[in-house]
Amino acid sequence: MEVAYYPGCTLKTHAKEFEKAALKAYRAIGIELKELDKWYCCGTVYSLAKDNIMYKVASVRNILNAQKEGFDCLIVLCSMCYNTLKQAQEFIKDESNLARIKAFMDEEEYKGIEILHGLELLKDKMEEIKKAVKKPLNRKYAAYYGCTLLRPKSVAIDSYEKPSIMERLIEALGGIAVEWPLKNECCGSYNIITNKEIVVERVRHIIENARQRGAEAIVTSCPLCYFNLKECQKDVKRIYPGFEEMPLYYYTELMNEAFNGKFDKGENNNGS
Amino acid sequence: MLLEKVEEISGENLYACYQCGRCTAGCPMTGEMDLMPNQIILAILRNDESVLDAKTPWVCAQCYQCGVRCPKNVDIAKIMEALREIKLRSNVNYIDLKKINKSYPQIAIVAAMRKFTG
Amino acid sequence: MKLSMANLIKVKIIMGVNMTRIGVYVCHCGGNISDTVDVEEVAQFASKLPDVVVVRSISHMCSESGQKAIIDDVREYKLDRVVVAACSPQFQGSTFEKALVKAGLNPSMVEMANIREQSAWPHYETPEEATEKAKVLTAMAVERIRRTKPVEREAIKIGKNVLVIGGGIAGIQASLDLANAGFNVFLVEEKPSIGGHMAQLSRTFPTEDCASCILSPKMADVADHPNIHLLTYTEILDISGSVGNFKVRLKQKPRYVDPSKCTACGECEKVCPVSVPDEFNLGMTKRKAIYLPSPTAVPHAHVIDENACLGIVPLRCGLCEQACEANAINYDDTPKYINLDIDTIIVATGFEIFDASKKPQYGYGRFQNVITALELERLIVEAAEGHFIRPIGKDIAFIQCVGSRDKQVGNLYCSRICCMYATKLASLLKRADPSRDVYIFYTDLRAYGKGFEEYYRRAQELGVKFIRGRPGELQEDPETKKVIVRVEDTLTRKIIEKKFDLVVLSVGLVPSKGTLKIAEMLKLPRSSDGFLKEAHPKFRPVDTPIEGVFVAGTAQGPKDIPDTVAQASAAAARAMAIMNRGELELSPIKAIVYEEKCDGCGECIEACPVDAIKLNGKARINAAICKGCGACISSCPRDAIDLKIFSNDEIMAEIEAAVKNKKEGEHRILIFADDMCTYTLADGVGTSKMKYPSDTFIIRVPSSSRITPKMMIKAFELGADAIFLGECEEAVSPYPGTLNVIKENVEKAREILKQAGISPERIQYDTFVTVMFPKFVKIANKLHEIAESEEISKEKRMRLREIEVVR
Repeated sequence: MEVAYYPGCTLKTHAKEFEKAALKAYRAIGIELKELDKWYCCGTVYSLAKDNIMYKVASVRNILNAQKEGFDCLIVLCSMCYNTLKQAQEFIKDESNLARIKAFMDEEEYKGIEILHGLELLKDKMEEIKKAVKKPLNRKYAAYYGCTLLRPKSVAIDSYEKPSIMERLIEALGGIAVEWPLKNECCGSYNIITNKEIVVERVRHIIENARQRGAEAIVTSCPLCYFNLKECQKDVKRIYPGFEEMPLYYYTELMNEAFNGKFDKGENNNGS
Repeated sequence: MLLEKVEEISGENLYACYQCGRCTAGCPMTGEMDLMPNQIILAILRNDESVLDAKTPWVCAQCYQCGVRCPKNVDIAKIMEALREIKLRSNVNYIDLKKINKSYPQIAIVAAMRKFTG
Repeated sequence: MKLSMANLIKVKIIMGVNMTRIGVYVCHCGGNISDTVDVEEVAQFASKLPDVVVVRSISHMCSESGQKAIIDDVREYKLDRVVVAACSPQFQGSTFEKALVKAGLNPSMVEMANIREQSAWPHYETPEEATEKAKVLTAMAVERIRRTKPVEREAIKIGKNVLVIGGGIAGIQASLDLANAGFNVFLVEEKPSIGGHMAQLSRTFPTEDCASCILSPKMADVADHPNIHLLTYTEILDISGSVGNFKVRLKQKPRYVDPSKCTACGECEKVCPVSVPDEFNLGMTKRKAIYLPSPTAVPHAHVIDENACLGIVPLRCGLCEQACEANAINYDDTPKYINLDIDTIIVATGFEIFDASKKPQYGYGRFQNVITALELERLIVEAAEGHFIRPIGKDIAFIQCVGSRDKQVGNLYCSRICCMYATKLASLLKRADPSRDVYIFYTDLRAYGKGFEEYYRRAQELGVKFIRGRPGELQEDPETKKVIVRVEDTLTRKIIEKKFDLVVLSVGLVPSKGTLKIAEMLKLPRSSDGFLKEAHPKFRPVDTPIEGVFVAGTAQGPKDIPDTVAQASAAAARAMAIMNRGELELSPIKAIVYEEKCDGCGECIEACPVDAIKLNGKARINAAICKGCGACISSCPRDAIDLKIFSNDEIMAEIEAAVKNKKEGEHRILIFADDMCTYTLADGVGTSKMKYPSDTFIIRVPSSSRITPKMMIKAFELGADAIFLGECEEAVSPYPGTLNVIKENVEKAREILKQAGISPERIQYDTFVTVMFPKFVKIANKLHEIAESEEISKEKRMRLREIEVVR
């Protein structure tokens, strides 16, 4: 099965391994992620100001373009891009909003397109996933959703207080999903640019909580959460010397590990 | 007046807030805030302009935990955005673009630019 | 009787039989009318109207002498109908109806022209306009009364059988009141015992009475009372019919234990091999398949849960029968189907607590130390008996407003009792062990009732800590299993994070499944909060919109025990009021089918919002159910349905009198006002002396749904410039479902106007409640503007005549 796929800027650079692993993992269960011909930066994060049209142009343009390329379903892997595009879609469901914003682009009519996150595609594919597993993971993982996958309610891919998609994926891959309360707690997001100390505190809080519940690794879907959690661990260690580092995975990397029997990291690119 | 501007930009009805404090209870960033989210709302309702100098809107991570829990369905994240916009639209940047660490992921940089520059 | 010649304007001597003879009385109202309206001019004008035989102008029509004038004139001049041009019919209408009855006439034969609230008062600044309007209003009343037919008041026989649905405290109280007054009560309860939720409580606020102790005597009275037929373990299969004639079908489930023989010794329980969760203790303890529903159960006998039992047919175990010395067990028991003839019904089906698992952030069902308040009640009761089901601990937190005042779960209302019951439970825990640390996390502390504020004060003195803040979520410490609460103390502006041994969720109330089921069965409307809707929020709090069906207790909305008992007695009194005389007089405003025109097409059946019409060859209207709204009229393609009072002829006559004979440059705006809301509102506007254009004429109707498209178009044909239909807002409307009919009728009429080239804007409709004075004035002004903006040409009005209007 072939689906249209929107990568977003980060997946092509910082989070290359996320995409590489995704293409391989989805292919293994029969889904071909076909990248859109033309796509633009989604303009994360979604602008909440009611009167701010310009900040929404980038996202809307992507949606209309995907439709122009003939797709009626669009898969997004980056959680932040997913959140932004989905909220933009809610925005243009209102006819008057659509009319105002179309004035700024060449794209045509909006007929409606389904925007899904990569994890949603896997909801009904648990059997295929189980079949594709060569070596069960056998480790305790904490599924970390962050905020963008579950909030606001209009974009949530699962229950925003008790999500279970990633847990079911982990179990299907042979791992043990750990129950922990901070699975949907914000990592600090873009504060990493301005107030790194805040993110450091958040990261420590999240990792310690996961560890307390027995997790041996954290699984995530958002490149920024991944980056924050990875980058700040050294800072946490500096401030709290007893802190032990916690390994981090993208969920697609986990899928590959289970499917291929070894961990396929791919290139780890820190350049921009 | 401050209240009108905030209501216009956010589209939220601040009068619905009855100060139950659930937003603050769920917010992950309160440790860094000087004014709590529900205190911010109260200050805006009283047209107290000093709220524009608070640290709180600049620490908000737009995680939506507040809006999703509010029993009156007030989206506090939108109110924080409105406060930021009021400051930024007067041609002021919250961050110095030269000082951004360019080796960080794009989503962080783009997001920071959208939230913190006018 | 010597007639005073002073106020006699005219007497017309007319010969002939079967002629209409109208008396018109113009009231000065002690200056209230005559200061603005030239009453003599109006009287002169009236004397020239057709069939008017007597005209008088009198200072106070409602006084003894005024009424006497009517009565004497009726006798002297053989009047058969009367018009009183005075105040509003809502004000003194019944006075004149009674006067007519004294004079020997049918009370329907009087019509009031409202020249006070609708002319003298609102148009006090323009006396000439007021007088002209008063003349037209009088002409409208005269033309209408000429078409009025005397309507006989119908009465139905009503007996003494009452069905009380629900055996909680509301049902128990209502049953006792009715039974003590000599009525025949059938109390139906679906559980094997009566008592409801009150039987599960420990103590009741604010007196801390033991709940079972004060309830048990009442339950025993119910069981003993000769006038109460107690039917427990019984479900209602069907209810049909109407007041005085309800047919109820019940199914009494088999207990397999004969209550008259069972001594509740409990030997059977000892040998029963099956253990299941005990519902009375909310699943926290176990019971056997054969069990006593509760320690205070009435009937006080065991019952076999056939779903839990290993098997009765065929018999798999049989140990309980062997153990029973009283020989009370009967495996051959079967369901009993019972049919009842019932006159009135009281719905007392109660509440359920909010399902706390719907708020996953509080961890109910996942964390072992998070429980609901009702579970805590049971823990306290059992602990007092020496059964310690689970440890309660030292550090306890109550979280208020769980499932109430919360848009996220869709319950916007306040459940009224939670602040007080939490205060009570906290006080009980603190008193039992003062070393405990008890917190209540509240949003508002609602202590509104008698003794409540004082009780709250005593709780504070006991050391219960009240913190104003609403926790976002709870977390569980994985080792100790203690519950971590994070909350902002909104009064000190500090964030608190504390660990508790036990967190109690103060859950709100939601309508019980039984309530929802009965609502559907009886077609009872529900308010926006989901509970049963009362007929009028202020003046009829225990009536439902269905005649003969009353509601009591928490089925109508969350409330505490004193309010429930008061409502139960009120419902019993209301039921008694209509059953007491053995006869129930129905309102004369009902729909009627003219059988010679009816062809049995059945369109009216679907149009009727209360299902009062059945097809039996021809359409037949059940007068007991019919509410007299007239929504059916616009559905009949044969003009075969009409209202007995406010009939087509009467209304058309009023319309015609209002719009014809208008002078050059004048306009006529018609407002059809429903009696309950819009007409009352218009009167209120006049009483407040608020001004609006005097070319506005208000026509009173029971519901605006009785105005058909045909009538609206005819009005325009005859000279109307704008039409408005006013109806009650749904929340307070006595007629369910009429707004859709009005909307449809207006749309149809607008289409026809468009065809004739007339702006469809000239017909409008809206809803009101009686306090919306400015809204009414605004609408009257708007319609006046629309009428002034353009004249409707004669050609266009003629064009309307050519367009065929099918009802």
